[in-house]
This record gives sequence, C-alpha cells and structure tokens, in this order.
Amino acid sequence: MAEYKWPDADKRNLIGKRISRIDGPFKVSGRAKYSFDVNRPGMLFGKIVRSPHAHCKVKSIDTSAAEAMPGVKAVHIVAQPDTPAAELKWVGASVVAVAAVDEPTAEDAMRAIKVEYEVLPHLVVDTDPKTAGANAVPANENKAGDPDKGFADAEVTVEGDYGLPVITHCCLEPHGSVMEWEDDGKNVLAHLSTQAVSGSVAQIARPLEIAATNVRVQQDHIGGGFGSKFGPDEWDITAARLSKKAGKPVKMFNERDNELMVAGARPSAYAKVKIGLKKDGTITAWESQSWGTGGQGGGGSPPLPYIFNIPNQRKQHTAIMNNIGSARAWRAPGHPQGCLITMSALEDAAAALNMDPYDFFQKNIEMTGQRAQVYSDELKMAGDLIGWKKNWHPRGDKSAGSIKRGLGLSIHTWGGQGHPSDCDLTIQPDGSIELKMGTQDLGTGTRTALNIIVADTLGLPMDAVKISIGDSRYPTSGGSGGSTTIGGISASSRRASLDALDQIFAKAAPALDAKPEDLEAVSGTIRVKSNPSKSLTWAQACSKLGATPLTVRGKNPGPGNLGSQGVGGVQMADISVDIETGVVRMNKMVSVQDCGLIIDLKTAESQVYGALIMGVCYALYEEKIMDAKTGRMLNPNMEFYKLAGIADIGELVVHMMTGKGYDERGVIGLGEPPVVSPGAAISNAVANAIGVRVPYLPLTPDRVLAALDQQKGGK
Amino acid sequence: MRAFEYASPTTKEQAVGLLGNNWTDADVLAGGTDLLALMKDDIVAPKRLVNIKDIRELRGITLGSDRSLRMGALVTIQELADDPQVQKAFPVVAKTAGEIAGPQIRNMGTVGGNLCQRPRCWYYRAGYGLLAKDKSGEPLVPSGDNRYHAILGNAGPAYFVSPSTLGTLFIALGGTVRLFGPKGKREVPVEKFFVIPQKEGDREHDLKPNEIVTEIVLPSLAGVNAATYEVRQKDAMDWPLALASVALSLNGNKVRSARVVMGYVAPVPWRSKEAEDALVGKTITEETAKAAGDAAVSGAKSLGRNAYKIQLARVAVKRAVLAAAGGAK
Repeated sequence: MAEYKWPDADKRNLIGKRISRIDGPFKVSGRAKYSFDVNRPGMLFGKIVRSPHAHCKVKSIDTSAAEAMPGVKAVHIVAQPDTPAAELKWVGASVVAVAAVDEPTAEDAMRAIKVEYEVLPHLVVDTDPKTAGANAVPANENKAGDPDKGFADAEVTVEGDYGLPVITHCCLEPHGSVMEWEDDGKNVLAHLSTQAVSGSVAQIARPLEIAATNVRVQQDHIGGGFGSKFGPDEWDITAARLSKKAGKPVKMFNERDNELMVAGARPSAYAKVKIGLKKDGTITAWESQSWGTGGQGGGGSPPLPYIFNIPNQRKQHTAIMNNIGSARAWRAPGHPQGCLITMSALEDAAAALNMDPYDFFQKNIEMTGQRAQVYSDELKMAGDLIGWKKNWHPRGDKSAGSIKRGLGLSIHTWGGQGHPSDCDLTIQPDGSIELKMGTQDLGTGTRTALNIIVADTLGLPMDAVKISIGDSRYPTSGGSGGSTTIGGISASSRRASLDALDQIFAKAAPALDAKPEDLEAVSGTIRVKSNPSKSLTWAQACSKLGATPLTVRGKNPGPGNLGSQGVGGVQMADISVDIETGVVRMNKMVSVQDCGLIIDLKTAESQVYGALIMGVCYALYEEKIMDAKTGRMLNPNMEFYKLAGIADIGELVVHMMTGKGYDERGVIGLGEPPVVSPGAAISNAVANAIGVRVPYLPLTPDRVLAALDQQKGGK
Repeated sequence: MRAFEYASPTTKEQAVGLLGNNWTDADVLAGGTDLLALMKDDIVAPKRLVNIKDIRELRGITLGSDRSLRMGALVTIQELADDPQVQKAFPVVAKTAGEIAGPQIRNMGTVGGNLCQRPRCWYYRAGYGLLAKDKSGEPLVPSGDNRYHAILGNAGPAYFVSPSTLGTLFIALGGTVRLFGPKGKREVPVEKFFVIPQKEGDREHDLKPNEIVTEIVLPSLAGVNAATYEVRQKDAMDWPLALASVALSLNGNKVRSARVVMGYVAPVPWRSKEAEDALVGKTITEETAKAAGDAAVSGAKSLGRNAYKIQLARVAVKRAVLAAAGGAK
C-alpha cells in the first residue's frame, strides 16, 4: 500500500526543478490549435445582431430578407419580442443570430435584418450611490469590535478616497466555439474555448434539452480566460442551435469589440476610508463606505479591510446595478479591489505618521493572522531584492528635475485549495504510459505539471509519459478557477502514479526475488532498494503485466496530505513619474510569493511574471470607458483599451518561497494571488514619488496631473 | 466588411481614373493600417479600393541638389526612419518617424497615409460621423467623454484631433504636398493641406475624392534646428496625447525665426504664432522655452475632460524648443 506523500527534497528528480513547458514549441511555432483554430468540413460562420442600446425592448424582428439571401443557412432569434428575453440590458446583447457560408455573407445578412427597439433609460458610467437612484442597492452596515471606541482611542485619523474602474478580461482568444452535431443530429461535439472542459458538458446539454451524455467538449489550448470562461455562453448555445437547424458545424467567436463589450467585466470598487492610529503606528480602527458597479449584478463587495484584521471596524457597501455587459470573475475576484483600497489607505496612514510603510506593515503584521511570519519574512526578502531601505524616501521625491522616483509595497493572500479531480493512468505491457484527465491547460502549464508528477513518481524521463487532457470523455476534473487546478491535478495524478507503481512492484517482485515494498523506481528501472544491482528495466517490469494493460484511477480528494490552502505574497514597485506630463513609467517590480510545494519552478515563476504584467496593465492603463449618453463602450478595441507592451513593463523580479516550512504544506494554487497587489504597490509607489495620492486607477496622465494640481492648490 | 471592387493600377493616371467624384465611390489603399480598420468597423464602405502600391513613381526618397528632400507617398514610415540620407540631412525627420506608434504601424504605414489617415475620435469610430452628432443633431463630444479631444480650434463643429505626426513636423519644416488628379498636378503647402471641416461630409484634408498624394517635399534644413517632442502614455504601440514640432533659425544664440506646430491638440496640426512670436529674438533657455509653451496654449480651452492636455501641449512645446536648441550648441 503506497504512502501518499510527496517525495523528500533529495528524492525529487523533476518536481520543483525549472522545467520548460512541453507545449512551448507548439505554441511559439503556431502548431498548437486553439478552439478558434478549429475548422470543420462544411462549417458555417455564425454572427450576431447586437443591441445598439444599453437598455431597450425589442419590439419586432424581420429576418425575411436575410433568410432569402443565398449563402444564409440558418437564423435564430435570441431576443424574441413579447417575451422576457426581449428586454436587453447592455449594448452588445444578442438579438438575432445568423449562420452563413462565410463571414462577409453573414455580415450582409446581419445588415438585412430589421429590428425595432423601444429605447429605455440606462446607467452605464460609474456613479456614486447618492446619484445612482434606484440602481443603488445598499447593504447593511457591518461592525466588528467597537469602532467608536477605536476612533476615540486614536491619536491620529487619516481619511482618503480610493478606487478602480471596471475593466474587461480582454482574452486574446475571444469567447466562442465551433459547435457540431454528430451521429445524425444526436450528439453535440463542442469545440469550446473554456476554463472548464468537464464542467461545460451539463451547461451545454441543459438549454439544448438533450442528455448530458450526448455532449462532448474538446479543447486543446485556450487563449486566456482569467475567470470569464467557466462555461458556454448564450452565443455558444445559439451556435449549437444554428448548427442543428443548418445541419452543419457552426463557428461563432466574438469579434474584438464585442469581446470587450459583453464577455466579461471586472466590477469597479470605490471607497471612502477612515483609519484610526496611535502615533507609534498601531492601527486602532477602520471605517469604510464602499460602492461599485458591475452590470446587472452590481458587482461584489470587496474584502475590506484586506488581510489586516483591524480590531474595530465599521463598513458599508452599496452595489450599483448598471447597463454594461455582465461582471464575471476576474483573476482573484474582489481581491485586487480590496487590496488597492486597503493598502493605499494604510500607506497613506503611514505617510501621515511619517513612518516608512515597510516598518508600519511590520509593526502591524500580527493583524494578518496565521501567516504573519510568512508576510514578515517575505517583506524582508522583497525589501532586499528592491533595495527598500537604501532607496526608500519619505513622501515626495525631493530631487531636482521633473522625473520623480518612488517605491511602494503591498501584500496579498489567496486560498488555492485543490479541486476535485479524477484521472486514469494506463500502463501498457510495453511500458508506455498515458495519463487521461478531463482538465484543461489554462495556459499555466497543466500538461507540463502532470508530466513532471507522473514521470518523477515512476522514475522515468518526461518523454516516457503521454499526457491527454482537454476532452470531457476523460475522467472528470474541476474547472480552472480559484487557483484550484494545480492542487487538484497534482494530487490525483500523484495518487494514480503511486498506486500504479505499487501494482508494477507486485508484478516485478517475483522476478527480482524481493517483496514489493522493498522495490523502488529509479532512473528507468525497478530495483531492490537494498541492492540496486538487482533490477529490471521499466519495460521488463511492465512486460510482467502480460497481455492486459493496467489502468489505475487517481482521485482528489483522497488519502494523504498532498495539498493545502492559503498563501501570502508581498510585492514592491519602483516607478518614475514625470510630474510635468503625469506619465508613469515602471522601473522594477519585485514579487515574493509562497505557494507550498512547487511542481515546476519555471511555469510557477511564469505565472507570477504574467500576473505582474497584467497588474501593470490595470494599474496604469485599463479602463472600460463607457459613454453616459449613448450607453456604448468608447474603447472596444486594442488602441484605446490600452495594455502594456514589453517596453512598458520594466524589470520584473520573482522570488518563490520554497524549501523547509513551505514544501511540507503540499501543493497550493498560484494563478491568482500575484495579480492582487500590483495596483496597490504601483499606486503607493506613485504617491511616494510625487508626494500625493492619485486616488483612482488607472494612473493615467490626467489623473496624476489632477492630483498634483490639487496638491499645489493647497490642502 | 462589405464587398468591394479591387483595382491595382500601375500608373498614377490609371489610379485617378479609377477613383470617383464622391468619397463613397472609392478609397485609396496604401499601407492599409487605418483604412482596413475603418472598413471592418463599417465607418467607410467604398465601392472600390484602388491599391496604389504598384505605382513605382510613388516610391523613393531623394535628396535634391538644393538639399531639399522628396519623399514618395508610398515610402513607409520605417523606411524614412532608416534612410541614411534622411538621418544625415534631416535627422529630425528620421527621429520623429522612428518614434511613431509602433513597429507594425511604421513597417506598413506610409508617409502619404500618415497625412491622410482619419481621426481617431471614438465617436467617429463608433459611427456617429466625423462631427460626432447623435440622431437629434446634438454634438456628442462637448457633453461626452472628451479626454482625447481638441483643446485648440475646438469651438465646433469639429472636436477631434488630427492624428498626423508627420503632418505636424512637415508644417514646422515648411513642407509641400504634391497631389495628382484628373486635371494633373497640384501643390499645396502641408499647412494648407489640413482643414477643419465645417459640416458633416466635409473632409479634414484639401483633397478631392479623385486625387492622390504623390509626394512630399521639404526645403533644405540648412541653418534650421528642429525637434519633435511627443507625450504619450506608453512606450510600446500608442498614439500621442500631445506632440510638438519646432524649427528654429538661429542668429548666434538668438532665435531669428521659429515655427512651432502642435499635434493631437486640434482638428488640424496647430501652428502657434503666439509661441513663435515668444521665441523670436530670444536666447533659448528653460525660461524662454517655458514661455513659448505657455504662449502656445494661451488660447487653449478644455472641453471638460481634457484640461490636462493643455499642460501636455505646453510641456511638449517647451521640450521640443529645448531639444531643437540643444542641436544648435
């Protein structure tokens, strides 16, 4: 019976090493096929007529001219007049869909469709609760401890406004699918761009009113999801309906403008914060009134105060419903918002006390709870890597010239517990190995991690193992969200590998004249631990299986402690601001992160690099800009929905906390935590550079100059 | 994108014969970096595209015996940046070109196209027309999100900003644009090539639907110190928030004459006589450069969300003046 644990450090041949992703060459050479790249014989192209109004009712739809056009093969009405579906609540909402032999024909058909709308009032811009009227949904006030006493005990109170706007997910591969019906229209094969291969099956079956067993989802590679691709969208189901009507596969992917309008919004969050302090830096009380928008759901209430469990708190949040495409989970939902507001307010508090925020955070570190020591160690490590004590200066760079430099810091947390995961590991009598799992590689390196675990456990090189994922016919594994994938798939594949090895040991033991428990798998051999010269090659050992391959099911949850949850991270930013133009430039960012036992150091670091880049983007550039009057998004393109290019990122330094004290916790997810802090760290660095807080992200020249003007005007 | 006819002439005579009398008849395709996006967004829908890339005489860069510079309309922005003659005799042109947008735009976009590209006003690009009015005829920009709109020449009806970086520079350098149409050649100072439309349907260029830009000519730069300063948020692919090109003729340490032109601040590249007057007779110092910047925006007005651009234009002029003078020492 195997002992379900990770190998000790000296026994890890592949786990924890810096290993290049196995699909890297396929991706950089264009051979990797994304769902967008799927083309099927006879395939039609689906297009959607979308609402030009932020709030309206569809009164009538005339598709007759479109249906009569040559090349148009199917039409499907989504917003049927005189039904609840006729009320549309954002620009870009689907009205009617067409499938045609090519995209231009489908676009001509769209223009031939006549739709009458009754225009209704809308709200699209971020509007505070006082002016949002009936769109504002205030929640009850929350209290902890005794806030009145906390503020009465305070020697200093510091107040500030902070916030960040709605941004979009901006997936480079837009949302969509190729849908086809197989077996005389009985079964659906969905080539879906998704973060949840196994989980999408039922979501496709339900609206189509077919059995889930008649749906298969396939996906080799995904071009970004970030929380916005957990299942089929209405347009994917529409594609399946068009496909059914036309009897042909239908490809339906968002155009770039629609992708930015309807396929995911990260809710905004704004807050007025008051903090009570002792002069020695002890925090005594927190008060916040917060609000945010995020489409019809109104966005969520961000965790405030973030991480620091300040003893006395009073807080209230108001959700504001508005007429933009729906909010969706965006990498660490709620955390970037809670973090920006809290860490900015704390940095302002430190500045008000003339304290170095590094010392201020360390002084109050016990308020972070059980990971206090981790944060403290990480602050020290990050401080060393960015030269905090040498380079930090009190607020406002006093050096001559228009370029001011500053440092900022922030801390963050996340869970990252592994999700349920099943896999089948098959070992053939010839020694070849295949792992099948209904998971997906979100771009994080899931294939590579699985390959490392199976190969390391079986004592084999990476290329001895075939990894098959991305198909709902494989054993069910969870969706890739919440940083749950690595914890889930590493545990199930490790258990499967250990169980399979047990069975190989049992088959090989007689030939080695040993007991199964006395054997080990090392360097492509099965050998006797006490006498390594007594060995079989892997192939010789597997030949003892006879004619029948061995398949073992690995599961998570399962026996043994292979994972846990809860991570902490510290980030520091070094930036320069041109105070004459308000332009912010990144010099350097340092990220220090723990995530338990790391399977592949290289892909883990890559996730942090990606998170830092995404963080620079939302700190400096990203904003879903809505027009109050027309209700439309003004920047649904890659020119004015700005993202950082390589030249804008600066130097990135990533340090993973590993080894004793970290590895023993087992595997924990990493995808989300490092994207939480950049907004706060960069905003704090800008405040440190220019001597005044720029209250709202993104830190664009107009906002930076406005803050400087206000400072000049005298407070 | 709507269906269109495609023609690929090899002479400029054929090209203008293929163009129409109305703007919707045909469009000229050169680099295509702007036109194809406009067509995909259904902002323009020409019945015919006339590809001019096969017209050889529209290519090439030549330095005249009088030290003038002739650039064919089809010269790419990157070719201009990389050309050794341009780098030597017109360093400001090579440097300005080399900093435009990003490599993809520079490699495909042409000098003629840089002058003729359409404004990036997001209301225009959303289908509300060049003058951006809603169905009732109300202008959308003054009451809308005008963070990237004009701070000068913005009393209406046009509120967009001219997107031409090279146009801004060529005006500062006293350039001329040569056009060809059914009646033959025509020459226009670059400064006059850009016009502010007064009604929907007007264009922002002195160009007829059946004319093409054939070349741009800059007079000798001898005795002139010039520089461009661009304020943009990103180093990677981005459009400027404001830019200024300044050309100074110096008499010893003092400015004998100056041309100061700002880009991305008005519906046309905006020449500032106020800034020029502020510089003439002065020695260039931080103070006089700053005074020129102040003068350049003395008539500027915020539309509501774009007051910061006044500061950016001021700084762009100041820094361009200092950079130009730096070349003199």
